[in-house]
Amino acid sequence: MEDMFGSDDSRTRYPTTLEPEPAQQDDGAVRKPVAPQPQPQIEPQAFGGPLILTVADVDQLIRRLGADGRTVIGPKVDGPVIGYQPIGGAADLPSGWGDEQGPGHYRLRRRDDDALFGYALAPTSWKRYVFPARSELFRARREDGALAITTIPPARPRYAFIGMRACEIAALDVQRRVFMRPEAPDPTYAANTQDMFVVAVSCGSPAATCFCVSAGTGPEASGGYDIRLTEVNSTPNSPDHYFVANAGTQAGADVLAQLACKPASDSETGAATQIVQAAATAIGQGVKLDDVHELLARNRENPRWDDVAARCLSCGNCTMSCPTCFCSDVVDENPIGDDGVVRARVWASCFGVSYSQMHGGNARTSTSSRYRQWLTHKMSTWVDQFDVSGCVGCGRCITTCPVGIDIRTELEAIRATDTATKYPESVRPQTDEGLAT
Amino acid sequence: MGQSGIDAWGARTVTTSRPTLAVWKFSSCDGCQLTLLDCEDEILGLSEAIDIAYFLEAGHDRVDQMYDVSLVEGSITTAHDAERIREVRAASRKLVTIGACATSGGIQALRNSADVQEFTSIVYAHPEFIKTLETSTGIADHVPVDLELRGCPISRTQLLEAISALLAGRTPRLPSYSVCQECKQAGNACVLVASGTPCLGPVTQAGCHSLCPSIGRGCFGCFGPSESANTAALTEQLRRVGTNDRDIERSFSTFNVNAPEFRTAALALYPIQSPRRGSE
Ligand code: SF4
Ligand code: SF4
Ligand code: SF4
Ligand code: SF4
Ligand code: SF4
Repeated sequence: MEDMFGSDDSRTRYPTTLEPEPAQQDDGAVRKPVAPQPQPQIEPQAFGGPLILTVADVDQLIRRLGADGRTVIGPKVDGPVIGYQPIGGAADLPSGWGDEQGPGHYRLRRRDDDALFGYALAPTSWKRYVFPARSELFRARREDGALAITTIPPARPRYAFIGMRACEIAALDVQRRVFMRPEAPDPTYAANTQDMFVVAVSCGSPAATCFCVSAGTGPEASGGYDIRLTEVNSTPNSPDHYFVANAGTQAGADVLAQLACKPASDSETGAATQIVQAAATAIGQGVKLDDVHELLARNRENPRWDDVAARCLSCGNCTMSCPTCFCSDVVDENPIGDDGVVRARVWASCFGVSYSQMHGGNARTSTSSRYRQWLTHKMSTWVDQFDVSGCVGCGRCITTCPVGIDIRTELEAIRATDTATKYPESVRPQTDEGLAT
Repeated sequence: MGQSGIDAWGARTVTTSRPTLAVWKFSSCDGCQLTLLDCEDEILGLSEAIDIAYFLEAGHDRVDQMYDVSLVEGSITTAHDAERIREVRAASRKLVTIGACATSGGIQALRNSADVQEFTSIVYAHPEFIKTLETSTGIADHVPVDLELRGCPISRTQLLEAISALLAGRTPRLPSYSVCQECKQAGNACVLVASGTPCLGPVTQAGCHSLCPSIGRGCFGCFGPSESANTAALTEQLRRVGTNDRDIERSFSTFNVNAPEFRTAALALYPIQSPRRGSE
């Protein structure tokens, strides 16, 4: 055994049945994606050939989904940011707006064209729709000396999500593995996702915080969508402003059929492919993730945790912004003058001190232990729990960290000072392969 | 105290009388007590569930019975206050401090790092009649406190939560994590990240439902320091977004200037005695 998890890497990062082909890197080295593409992968022509949509067609698409009784959510300028909000038509989309994102930094920027999806991604994720910050579970009331419990069935909003990015679709897939385990499917998550309609939009203007290429999730969704659009827009008000649309499901193909649009020509699909390729090149393969599972597992005592703790505010913004973080607290609320109690589930963060409060004490009293929990959970122990990485490379935790802590930099720093923790015999962690060395 | 057998923190059984609640005022502006009156929708249920007694004026105090719960507003600024809070403590089964003044000394604690005699000689025609302590301090500096409600003023929701928890005999949910957690749950745009507006949310205790960032303003820190407030790191970031040291020092020197974490942050920028409030 060469490292604590065994050199044969028998612990796969994803179920072998779902394992995509390992991507070939430029240097020829085989690199395993740490996050799977949403499954099943959609064959390019499975639901008909690519079509061309105009801005007016996109408007029609949004309206038809709304008319079908769906709650349509899409990007919209919301104060100083683009947020995912209820929308009624293409006029609500952030036409001509882009974003500039960096560590602890976000600014809206005017583009020199009128692209509808010319930003990278919203700093607030879709998570709040599928896993709301607060959801009521049941009411309990004392009746004739007994406790009467009324469950609160989750609303079934029939969402249509317009403009989901590839990493965001991957995040849905990661959360699905958390919430929809066959032995305990989560009713709220199920109600919010089982009848959703996803319109993916491939990325043309990634941010400096994006690292989906390294994470193996983007910049173009390979599955998990009903319709996938790629926006082509060379100049303002150009007659060449169009969207190449692919259906990913029969439902997507049916909606597209109602729009009666023309098939895409080879040059049009070629333009779309070029946009995605340019985005992938801009994002680059810069973040080494194929070894992080083991790297973080063996660096529990790395001095870098104290270094980052001196900068970290323990504010929890990263976990709340992260599209895959799933932690929650369960609280009881009893309004005054009412004998009843409402039990609710609310978001929680491992950066809160009370998060690790147990009978007899607290497991993580220092910021350094809490930061370590966050990063190690995302990239390492998540794999042990759910057979997939908890990070899809969206970069939100980098943008929304008020002090600009960048997980990519922290990973690099830990790799640079890789100090495999040596445990005394008595406390050595147990692995599937037996005692760690 | 009503009839025996009622412990405000124990399970509520069949009650023969309502728990009693007293509201006491020390050096403060009354804003926190107004929060109690502001509970319009709940005030009826509240007055049915508890017996409320107010003791607003220092002269009218008659500490002649036990109260189940005492809400204490205001800070200790005079020798008489310091004596009176001991009587209030002795007459209270549970003592809950309400607001920044009662929990950390309030904005009036600015005097803790200044010359009080100089202040009184400037402000009052007859400073010789003013009998005041050198400092303004929170209640917990004088007597044991069972529960703290932060804020300037306190949050209505937290007040109701504390009272309903007391009545139901459960632990109130008063999180000590940052305002940021509430801000993100509300789905707000971060004013610090997206607009470069100074915000104390990352080092301030939650409880207000991120009131200020929800309307596009930075948090002023009125709920005081959060559980693991890293003010030094936030100071660095505020500098990076272009806030000058004087403004950073001032932002830590408001409602909770006497809270150790904020005081330390302010002093790190301008040690006492330096002319920090001059005419620059
Ligand atoms: S850890 Fe950061 S980059 Fe990764 S999915 Fe979460 S928010 Fe995105
Ligand atoms: S990183 Fe923290 S908040 Fe996120 S899922 Fe893990 S434990 Fe929960
Ligand atoms: S890493 Fe950044 S966002 Fe996360 S808790 Fe620390 S300071 Fe807050
Ligand atoms: S606006 Fe302030 S409170 Fe809200 S997340 Fe940003 S720093 Fe935190
Ligand atoms: S956001 Fe800050 S200043 Fe505003 S009410 Fe809340 S704690 Fe007070």
